[in-house]
Amino acid sequence: MTSSTIRPASDYPPGGDAFRHRHLIGIAQLTPWEISYVLDAAEEWVDLNRSGAAKHDDRLAGLTIINAFFENSTRTLLSFEIAGKRLGADVVNMHAAQSSVKKGETLIDTAMTLNAMRADAMVIRHGSSGAVQLIADKVDCPVLNAGDGRHEHPTQALLDALTIRRRLGRVEGLTIAICGDVLHSRVARSNILALTLLGNEVRVVAPATLTPPAVDRMHVTTFTDMDEGLKDADVVMMLRLQNERMDGAYLPSAREYHALYGLTPKRLEKAKPDAIVMHPGPMNRGVEIDSSVADHPTRSTITEQVEMGVAVRMACLDILTRRQRGVAGWN
Amino acid sequence: MELRPLLITNARLLGSEIGSLLVTEGRIAALNPNETPDGTETVDAKGQWLAPGIIDLGVFATDKPAFHFGGITRAALMPDAGPLDDPGLVERAAKGGKPDLWVHPVAAATKGLVGKELAEIGLMKSAGARAIATGRTRIADSGVMRRVLAYAASLDLVTIIHAEDEGLTAGAVATDGEMATRLGLASAPAIAEAIAIARDLALVEETGAPVHFRQVTTARGLDLIRAAKAKGLPVLCGITPAHLFLADTAIGDFRTFARLSPPLRSEDNRLACLAAVADGTIDVLSSGHDPRGPEDKRLPFAEALPGMAGAETLLAFGLNLVRDGHVTPARLFDMLAATPARLLGLNAGRLAVGMEADLILIDDGTPWQVDAKKMAAYAGNTPFDGMPVQGRATAMWKGGLRVR
Repeated sequence: MTSSTIRPASDYPPGGDAFRHRHLIGIAQLTPWEISYVLDAAEEWVDLNRSGAAKHDDRLAGLTIINAFFENSTRTLLSFEIAGKRLGADVVNMHAAQSSVKKGETLIDTAMTLNAMRADAMVIRHGSSGAVQLIADKVDCPVLNAGDGRHEHPTQALLDALTIRRRLGRVEGLTIAICGDVLHSRVARSNILALTLLGNEVRVVAPATLTPPAVDRMHVTTFTDMDEGLKDADVVMMLRLQNERMDGAYLPSAREYHALYGLTPKRLEKAKPDAIVMHPGPMNRGVEIDSSVADHPTRSTITEQVEMGVAVRMACLDILTRRQRGVAGWN
Repeated sequence: MELRPLLITNARLLGSEIGSLLVTEGRIAALNPNETPDGTETVDAKGQWLAPGIIDLGVFATDKPAFHFGGITRAALMPDAGPLDDPGLVERAAKGGKPDLWVHPVAAATKGLVGKELAEIGLMKSAGARAIATGRTRIADSGVMRRVLAYAASLDLVTIIHAEDEGLTAGAVATDGEMATRLGLASAPAIAEAIAIARDLALVEETGAPVHFRQVTTARGLDLIRAAKAKGLPVLCGITPAHLFLADTAIGDFRTFARLSPPLRSEDNRLACLAAVADGTIDVLSSGHDPRGPEDKRLPFAEALPGMAGAETLLAFGLNLVRDGHVTPARLFDMLAATPARLLGLNAGRLAVGMEADLILIDDGTPWQVDAKKMAAYAGNTPFDGMPVQGRATAMWKGGLRVR
């Protein structure tokens, strides 16, 4: 598979060539070194965010960022809002519940309205796969995908990769088990793409009813037995199980799911002794993950993921607005 | 306007030998006539193909400019708009295109196409319905389907079926596979088609009712049809060019113009469809013409409505099948005209004495490019946008009268 023409993930080209995209729609469009570039940029923001009182940088001062969320979200919206504000941008949030989307306006019309307000970047979440690309094709500013249907959630995959890299010292050559409702999960899709691209062995551990068709074509191995799937894993990445999946259509009950696929301390023993446990949140404690695992002081990375989220989003907002801001080398 | 006799000379009849054809009183009077009546108008075809006007079996809108561009002289209108479940509506639909386009309404099999109660099939037949159909979905209730088939058969009407199992396809907008998984689209297994076909073939075997599966798009579905035909069951099936020339990779980048019903299939299934065209399992090639504007298509993939504007590209992709060696020109026009005419009970669709003079001239070599922005149809939702094709209708007569 390796070829001399493929640039290693650790080596990215100078200037604007390091990230040659107008938008961040998905991991599918990225190269390994583009991912590394974002992660390296985010590292600097981690330091700033930890620096006490002066968590501020004014490089986006005067720019307007619209967070247009057509689907409910608390943590991702908050994370993007804080990221924008720490960079000095004027951040505006639009919630579908308060918007004209409910009055029958089409998505394109809403996008054109936001565009006319001269946003300098838009962060969009939508319940339908492909909706963010549809908007990106119509507006003049960079668009960041904050989750579209079951398709992609690229900043989540980037923050997960950063978390793994910081905890384990690398994010390549690892065995990573992604467990739970993979079928309906955009987090899983973006993570599968990012982690396989960076050279890890990715496993999908899910009930047969929640395993996407032909997912092995994305270079993963699939497991329906969780104990087998976790064997010798370096990273156990849990997914949130939506309540509506537990009503009998996909799964018999929450308690059966917990019995077969819940991450208990005992089950975690199958993984490597120092394996880390990740979850994108919000968690269903006692369903997909036991509290003792979720709150484990050394193995759980769940709050660290939230912290990395802000840093990664700051990096993405910074990188994607460099063209407007006339940063040298970024034409 | 009085109809003058018409002689078309120097034409390749059905794409083969050069010959001529005489039309009097709106009907084909002779092939290669030795003499012609006084006052005959002569048209020199200059070596172009002469073929029967296309009879498009199963369209969702009466879209005359698109049909005329595509060489379509008659269209069987599916019952979904309306729906056509009432004799008055059928009668009105039948008058929709006259005189230069004949619309043959296909009546709804059940009231409101809901799949519960029989529609007034007999009265709709009297009003001009030429067949009945289950619409865009199948009839889920096997008991209702059995009664529909038996009743329609007693009235000498063919039942046109959409074959997809509703349990498997609920909520799905694509076929299971790598493409749907990567795009994060809800998908259904391709066997949803074979399951539906298997049930209806069992009902056909029991009732003896003639049926036409409007679109069969999977290898397993086609195997079932092949076996049923070998048993002598009164079964026909059709397809549109989309499933012959596109696989599910066409939905990449969430292209809603490629959102179809049934959804595009894997490459294996596409190749099986081409083989079934070549071996005669597939009887009918139709456009499935379903023009849809931006309000229905410029949406996230799963929210967009299925369907494509196919009338203008039907002939060109049919000619592709000839050029690629899958069918002879004569068989192509069986698929495009003769078999649909037989199914609908029309005295048309062939170059034979006594047939209605619905004729087209075809320049089979003209190259052109499909352009969604420049379509004659009232919406340009074609999944073939940008593709180069060859061949188009250059002249058209309906009942001996020049249309274009």
